[in-house]
Amino acid sequence: MTTEPILSRNFDRPAARTLAGYRETGGYGAWARAQEMEPAAILEAVKASNLRGLGGAGFPTGMKWSFIPKGHAGPVYLVVNADEGEPGTFKDRYLLERDPHALIEGMLIAARAIRSALGFVYIRGEYVQPWRVFDAAVREAYDAGLLGRGLDVIVHRGAGAYICGEETGLISSLEGKKGWPKVKPPFPAIKGAFGQPTIVNNVETLCCVPHIVARGAAWFAGLGTKTQGGTRMYSVSGRVRRPGVYETSVSITLRQLIELAGGVAGTGRLKAVVPGGGSAPILTADEIDVTMDVDGLKAAGSMIGSAGVVVMDESVSIPEALLVLARFYAHESCGQCTPCRESTGWIYRMVHRIVDGHGRKEDLDTILDVARRGAGTTICAFYDGAVGPYISYIEKFRAEFEALIPK
Amino acid sequence: MSAAVAFSPEQLAEVRRLQALYPDRRGALLPVLHMAQDTFGWISLDVEAYVAGLFDLSPAHVHEVVTFYTLYFRQPKGRHVVAVCHNLSCHLAGAPDILRHVRERLGIDVGETSDDGRVTLQSVECLCACEAAPMMQVDDRYELHLTPETVDRILEELR
Ligand SMILES: Cc1cc2nc3c(=O)[nH]c(=O)nc-3n(C[C@H](O)[C@H](O)[C@H](O)COP(=O)(O)O)c2cc1C
Ligand code: SF4
Repeated sequence: MTTEPILSRNFDRPAARTLAGYRETGGYGAWARAQEMEPAAILEAVKASNLRGLGGAGFPTGMKWSFIPKGHAGPVYLVVNADEGEPGTFKDRYLLERDPHALIEGMLIAARAIRSALGFVYIRGEYVQPWRVFDAAVREAYDAGLLGRGLDVIVHRGAGAYICGEETGLISSLEGKKGWPKVKPPFPAIKGAFGQPTIVNNVETLCCVPHIVARGAAWFAGLGTKTQGGTRMYSVSGRVRRPGVYETSVSITLRQLIELAGGVAGTGRLKAVVPGGGSAPILTADEIDVTMDVDGLKAAGSMIGSAGVVVMDESVSIPEALLVLARFYAHESCGQCTPCRESTGWIYRMVHRIVDGHGRKEDLDTILDVARRGAGTTICAFYDGAVGPYISYIEKFRAEFEALIPK
Repeated sequence: MSAAVAFSPEQLAEVRRLQALYPDRRGALLPVLHMAQDTFGWISLDVEAYVAGLFDLSPAHVHEVVTFYTLYFRQPKGRHVVAVCHNLSCHLAGAPDILRHVRERLGIDVGETSDDGRVTLQSVECLCACEAAPMMQVDDRYELHLTPETVDRILEELR
């Protein structure tokens, strides 16, 4: 399946990083059109496009925007989540580095729709080069009068913490605090950054918006499935022949996507795939005929998450893969909720001893039991994102774990 | 800490500019801590107290923030920081071997700084360059598609 490149159309055109180069292929044309539209009309178009958030949760973007309280007198903020940190995901880095003005144009249009005059772009601290490129584009946009006349943009660098990708953790961090997620409700659209209504959107989500305005909601909706419009940038890595970012329709199947990336490398025989970033439940080789949209993967018992696809061939040790992820969750838990703080540490240590050959017979059931008990009880979805791998890796590849446990 | 901790007048003006940007000036705390680290090399308790003073915050609050994030150093670091990614895609591409190679070449373990103060070594979570695994960050740069040979060359160039 090949699709016309939309979000990635400028990736091979280094000139597009400059304002002049971006304008050459129609850049900021959608913004010109949006300025002729009522904010409500932009919002309706985004709703009708079936755009769903591409940061992880897949929430319908137009609906989220409509939650801003009507007639709110104070400021409304637009926050761009560029804290990309989900294991196996790298598409926002490409967008920031290769098409920075597309994000600025998306912000301008979104800010008009939600009546925001101040936007923040929260870029993970490790992304120094993407930050430099994006920051330069922002300065260019100011000089050209695109920014600073109705919308100001603050580019904010994070300081190293995966949990700041979670939108309320991000807001805490933006406020100058440690990145502790907040109890919801209230959702950010009601009470977000600095106590004001705030829309948090992923980089890629906002990069879709100019295309929706320029080419119409019906066109965008028609690119995808019935419940999700558009294309998506899949980050494909692990044991594939041609790892990279692939933009294609959200109706592609996982099998087709792996073929698009050159097929399985290593032994050439597929064992398992992580379809949506480290926190997505794993799929076996028999489970890859699923469409890569939000609802397709939900129906398959996994999730599309950040669309980070990690391919594992037959030579990969699943217990070792789980150990790597368990270490990650133990390290990144913010420590606020007891089930998350305690379980991520204990489960890491138990998987560690299993992989080291010192596991006990009851360990696997203990992990499953602990994981199931904590799920759904915490302040944010981080812990659920850890539970997905714990349970699915062990349930689907139990024999491989058992083989490591002394009889 | 020996020398007194203080920003230059230009830096103080920059602190005030950053504080004025945010709806609440506390929003500028992370950027100012980045500035402080660039200036003083690392975030000592004295630096925390100094920054706290610039924000009318308690040093305890600043300490809580500094200790939450991985990019703030609470000990002197080497002139260069080498951070090898050890998450899933890099792991599948041989990150454990790369990390072992780096440790042997530098003669230090993860979390340590070489005796000559040249390099601090870290092993870190996903840096989101999985298409080019195994990879590591060296100061501001991403070094991609690592092999033992390219690692040697990269390390030799660090002065
Ligand atoms: C633990 C955790 C980490 C997350 N990390 C990111 C991230 O790095 N980038 C991102 O855009 N969304 C991330 N999200 C999702 C955000 O909370 C939020 O749903 C998203 O930014 C909303 O934007 P969207 O609707 O445009 O997708 C994360 C969520 C959780 C629970
Ligand atoms: S679930 Fe984990 S990461 Fe999320 S708020 Fe609770 S302790 Fe923090």
